[in-house]
Amino acid sequence: MLQTALDIQTIRKDFPILNREVNGQPLVYLDNAATSQTPQQVIDVIVDYYHRYNANIHRGVHTLSQEATDAYELARQKIQKHFNIGKIHEVILTSGTTHGINLVATGFTSFLKKGDEIVVSAMEHHSNIVPWQMLCERTGAVLKVIPMNQEGELIMEEYHVLLSNKTKLVFCNHVSNALGTINPIEEIIDAAHKVGAAVLIDGAQAAAHIKPDLQALDVDFYTVSAHKMCGPTGVGMLYGKEEWLNKLPPYQGGGEMIAEVSFEKTTYADLPHKFEAGTPNICGGIAFGAALDYMENIGFGAIAQYEDELMQYATQQLLTIEGLRIYGTAKHKTSVISFNIEGIHPYDIGTILDKLGIAVRTGHHCAQPIMDFYKIPGTVRASFSFYNTQEEVDKLVEGVKRAQRMLL
Amino acid sequence: MTDKPPSCTFEQNGYMTIQEIQEEIVDEFSMFDDWMQRYEYMIELGKSLPLIDGQYKTDDNLIKGCQSKVWVHAELDGDKLVFTADSDAIITKGIIAILIRAFSNQKPQDIIDADTAFIDEIGLKEHLSPTRANGLVSMIKQMKLYAVAYQTQIN
Repeated sequence: MLQTALDIQTIRKDFPILNREVNGQPLVYLDNAATSQTPQQVIDVIVDYYHRYNANIHRGVHTLSQEATDAYELARQKIQKHFNIGKIHEVILTSGTTHGINLVATGFTSFLKKGDEIVVSAMEHHSNIVPWQMLCERTGAVLKVIPMNQEGELIMEEYHVLLSNKTKLVFCNHVSNALGTINPIEEIIDAAHKVGAAVLIDGAQAAAHIKPDLQALDVDFYTVSAHKMCGPTGVGMLYGKEEWLNKLPPYQGGGEMIAEVSFEKTTYADLPHKFEAGTPNICGGIAFGAALDYMENIGFGAIAQYEDELMQYATQQLLTIEGLRIYGTAKHKTSVISFNIEGIHPYDIGTILDKLGIAVRTGHHCAQPIMDFYKIPGTVRASFSFYNTQEEVDKLVEGVKRAQRMLL
Repeated sequence: MTDKPPSCTFEQNGYMTIQEIQEEIVDEFSMFDDWMQRYEYMIELGKSLPLIDGQYKTDDNLIKGCQSKVWVHAELDGDKLVFTADSDAIITKGIIAILIRAFSNQKPQDIIDADTAFIDEIGLKEHLSPTRANGLVSMIKQMKLYAVAYQTQIN
């Protein structure tokens, strides 16, 4: 048995979905890197919002609107505290990580000129590649890529060579969604700042496993999605340093983001509302706060430790299967295992596992450059959360063996 | 598999109509008790699918299904349309084998008129879901488009 301070069986009772069956088998949910499951405590907050105080925020004088506004702003405070953000108005509530990245990428259009350079890592999600390519097309800036090695680690020597006074922006994920690698973001941020470049870190994959201290990191932008950390879909957070957020133009026009409007001129609202046009995902924002409460209550230290043990165990067990190769063997990684079995397409393994009630992701994981690097069409990816058990890992291993017997 | 039904071949379908072939496939699958047997049979079918001629395995004939790739080629043999196809995933290939058995060596108009409800009856419905990202839905569409094109040519 794995040694852990967590009472996994009690924790599992918080997640109603874990009781369901899939194809007549108990669900084994190992697609947590795509989205995490939602505990009853968060579901209750969502239901309570619609039962008791559903109203539009920041503008009504009536009681419901006040209550909804208070709850939404309390969530913003929880986010501020969790990520140790200096100022409350540096917390921009978004629809998710992709929204946050696009907000920054679009905002930088007027700051860049032809010949400027943008540096991204070789292991980015498409959502952290395409917006920058679009930015390059608009401005004539050039995209430079930090290469990675066979283990799935960034080659930092190359990164330092790429940096120059032409570098204006650096983008990197904190944790790779396809490989699980934890990137050395402290070093990336420090080195970028030395040449005067701003840094955006995509924290979508990291946030469920690592509690980052954004002030200590001194990062310029950091963005996450609630649904990867026990919250609902369609809501996330963009942190930006105040000086940057003041400089960036608004991303979308609409209600909420204005101070005064006439047909001659509009003045924009102060932060954070300048970037929060329209009615936001109010319920989602409140539930995001509840999700952080839930995870904080379990404790990120204990979560990280348990997930690491689970991953080590799964790695050992999976490697007993003949012909199995794991992609992403970095020294520092979170609980993601991407693998293939020689001679078998990942889609086939995923299909058989699904028949056994085991949910994994198959395909390129929206990170085609990584698949091209390894010259493979995709991988099977099992990703673990703190509510997964050693028994579930055993079921995965048995399932993969069974798929191998059927498919080879 | 040792208990493979005797009618599992990719030879000429004689004079059977698409409807008759589909009923035959449904009959074959009805002897399986569980998904394992159905899938094992389908995997066998996939492995025995005749290889598409290399010259037709081109990007032009490729249907990108996001996760698994599918290649389809069609040519007219007399008044009948003959399909060959391939995939890089074996389960996808198994379903291709079933579809080819039903639709190949048939008159274009009959292919245009045929439906794929039998896939549902043999318990493989999920593979033809438009959101499945395996290229099969596009493959069926492509087979029908070939049929429409060749029907126009015949007319």
